[in-house]
Amino acid sequence: MKNPLDSLGQTVTLGFLLTVVVVILIHLVSGT
Amino acid sequence: MAEIITYAWWIFAFRWFHVLSAIMWIGLLWYFNFVQTPTMPKIPAELKPGVGKFILPEALFWFRWGAMATIVTGLILAGMNGYLADAVKLGIDEHSPNITAIGFGMWLGTIMWFNVWFIIWPNQKKVLGITPAGDDEKKAAARIAGLTSRTNTLLSIPMLYCMLSASHGVF
Repeated sequence: MKNPLDSLGQTVTLGFLLTVVVVILIHLVSGT
Repeated sequence: MAEIITYAWWIFAFRWFHVLSAIMWIGLLWYFNFVQTPTMPKIPAELKPGVGKFILPEALFWFRWGAMATIVTGLILAGMNGYLADAVKLGIDEHSPNITAIGFGMWLGTIMWFNVWFIIWPNQKKVLGITPAGDDEKKAAARIAGLTSRTNTLLSIPMLYCMLSASHGVF
C-alpha cells in the first residue's frame, strides 16, 4: 500500500481531518 | 518611555517575535513540501546540485533555527501570559476551551520542533554529507527526512487552527 504522506494532496486532506478530530477533543477535554 | 514599555508591551513583543519566527519556520516547511520536493524530479540533472548544494543548506539553517526561535518565544509568551502550566496539562479542570486549544497547539508544535531537530536535521546532515554516510544510508536518510517533513506539514494544519482559535474568538 502506498504511503499517503507521499501525496501532498492526501497529506493536506489528512491535516484537515485531524483538525476536526482535534476540535472535538478540545471540546471533550475542556467539557464545553 | 517607561509608560510605553509596559509588561503588556513585552507580551506583545514576544508575540510578534513568535509569529515572525513561526512564519520563517512554517514558510520554509511549506516551501520544501509544496515547491522543492515536487519540483526536484523535473529539474535537469545538471541543475540539481544548485538546489542540493546551495539552496537546501541555507534553507535548512533558517528552517531549524526558525523552529527553535518559535518554541522559545512561544514558551516565554505562555509563561508571561500565566497559562503555561495549565496549557501543558491541556486545560484539564480549567473548563476553558481557549486554554485547551492553546495546549493542543503547543503539544503539536513541540512534536513538530522535536521532529525538526531530532529526526529531520540529523538525517539531512547525512544527505548533505555533513555526517559521513554510504549511498544506501543517504537514500534511507532522505526518505526518513522527507516523510517526517510531510508529517510536520500535516500537523501544521491543526496546530495553526489551535494557535489561532485560542485567541481569536472561535470558542
